[in-house]
Amino acid sequence: MTPSSMPLHGTVYGVLLNSQAEWQACEAAMPSLPYKAAPVAPVLYVKTANTWTPHLGAIVVPAGHTEVEIGATLGLVFSEQGAWRGFVLLNDVSLPHSIAEQGFYRPPVKYKCLDSFLGVGPHLLPAADLPQPNHLTLEVRVNDVLCQQVDLGRMRRPLSTLVADVSEFMTLRPADVLMLGLDVCDSGPDAGRRPRARVGDVIDIRVPSVPGLGVMHHRLAGENA
Amino acid sequence: MKHARVVYQSQVVNAIESEGALLLEDGQRVSFDAVQWLPPLLPTPRPRTILALGLNYADHAKELAFKEPPKEPLAFVKGEGALIGHRALTRRPAGVSYMHYECELAVMVGRTARHVRKEDALDFVGAYLVANDYAIRDYLENWYRPNLRVKNRDTCTPIGPWRVDAADIHQRPGGAMNLALQTTVNGQITQQGNTRDMIFDVATLIAYFSSFMTLAPGDLILTGTPDGVVDCQPGDRIVTTIEGVGELENEIALM
Repeated sequence: MTPSSMPLHGTVYGVLLNSQAEWQACEAAMPSLPYKAAPVAPVLYVKTANTWTPHLGAIVVPAGHTEVEIGATLGLVFSEQGAWRGFVLLNDVSLPHSIAEQGFYRPPVKYKCLDSFLGVGPHLLPAADLPQPNHLTLEVRVNDVLCQQVDLGRMRRPLSTLVADVSEFMTLRPADVLMLGLDVCDSGPDAGRRPRARVGDVIDIRVPSVPGLGVMHHRLAGENA
Repeated sequence: MKHARVVYQSQVVNAIESEGALLLEDGQRVSFDAVQWLPPLLPTPRPRTILALGLNYADHAKELAFKEPPKEPLAFVKGEGALIGHRALTRRPAGVSYMHYECELAVMVGRTARHVRKEDALDFVGAYLVANDYAIRDYLENWYRPNLRVKNRDTCTPIGPWRVDAADIHQRPGGAMNLALQTTVNGQITQQGNTRDMIFDVATLIAYFSSFMTLAPGDLILTGTPDGVVDCQPGDRIVTTIEGVGELENEIALM
C-alpha cells in the first residue's frame, strides 16, 4: 500500500485521559505537583505525518527501547464545515510514559511523534455506516492473543461532546482527524495501563461488530531491521 | 531572495520581493497594499509538521519563573489551521485577561532530515521566517503544557510576510544565530532580544528532532521567544520584526 492510498490526509489529533478507567486511576495524583488540578478542557496532542504507518507496515521500536504502548482507537475524519466524513482504525503507539513519572506534564513529542508511531487502518468507513461510534468495542491482539477490549462507550467525553469541546477553541478542518481516546487494560499483565508490545510482535486491531473498518495489522520491527 | 504567497485579484499567486514591491510569478509588479498576504508556504503532500519551542531563551524562562533552564528542548506541535498571514487579524476571545504575542524565528526545513548531525544541520534549512506564536495564558493547564487550547487556536499564529532563503541569512555575520528580534505594540517597543541567546540553537534543534522524527521539506520549527511579553487588547497593532527576515504586522480583533 503506498502512502497516497492511506485513508489519512489531514492533521491527526489525539486526546489525553479520555478513558474513564484511566482517569480514575490518575485522579488521586491530579492535585499534586506538577499538575495541581484535574484537566478541564480536552488535552490534545498531534500525531505528525512522519508517524503514519500504512496497514501491513512495520512500526519501528527505536534503539534503546524494549517495548511500546499500543493505543487502539478510532479516528474521526472530518470533511467540509465540520461534517463527519468517516472513521478509520488507528494505533496511537507511544513510548511508555505515565502520570507518576510526570510524563503528562510536558507535550508528548518525544513519546508520540517518533517515526512510524501511528498505525493506520486499511479503510475509511463512511460516517453514515457507523451511526453510533461510541457504541462499539475494539479488540487488540498481540501475536493472535486477545490482550485488550476497548469499549468506546466508556470515554469521559463521548465523540459528539469531544468534538464540541475541541471546536470551542480550534477548527477541525477538512481531512483533519480526531482520535476518540485510548483506554487501559482491565486485567492481565498490563492491567491499569495500555498493552505493551515488543520487537517481533504482530498487532491486530478490529471491531468485530463493524467489519467494514477492516482488520488493522502491523508488526513491530527493530530500528535496524 | 524573499518569497511571498499572496491573493491578488482573487488568485493565489507566488511572488518575490523586488525593490519595495511584489513581483508576481506572471511578471506583474504590484504594491504591498494591493494583495492579501498568506503564510508564505508552499503546499506539502502531507500535513506540515509545525514544531514550536517553549522556554528557549534564558531570559524568558526566567521571566516565567522557572528555576533553571530546560535540559532538553520543550517542544509542542500545532496544526496548520492556526497559521495566518501578514496583516491579518488575530482573534482575542471575550473575557480573557492575558493574551500575549511571541516573536519567534521560524525555520523551514529544506530537505528531508533524519539523524542529522549538529555540524551538518544548517544544510537542511530551506528558509527562515518571522512567526508570532500568540498564547492565551488564561487557558494554561499543567497537562501536556503548553496545551493546545493555549497554543493551537485559529488565527493565533501569524507567519511571514516572507520566506527568506536560508543562504541569505547564513551569509550574514553570525548567520541565523545573530539576529535581533523586536516587537512593538502600537509603535512602542515591548520586546527586544537576539537569536544568539537561544538555549538550544537552530542546529541543535534540527539534530534533536531528527534523532527521532524525520523532518520533511516545508516542516517548520518555531524557535521560541525572548523576554518581554505583554498583554494585547483588541485594536492593538503588533509588529514582530527579525533582522534580515522581515516585519510581520498583525492586529488583534475581539472574537
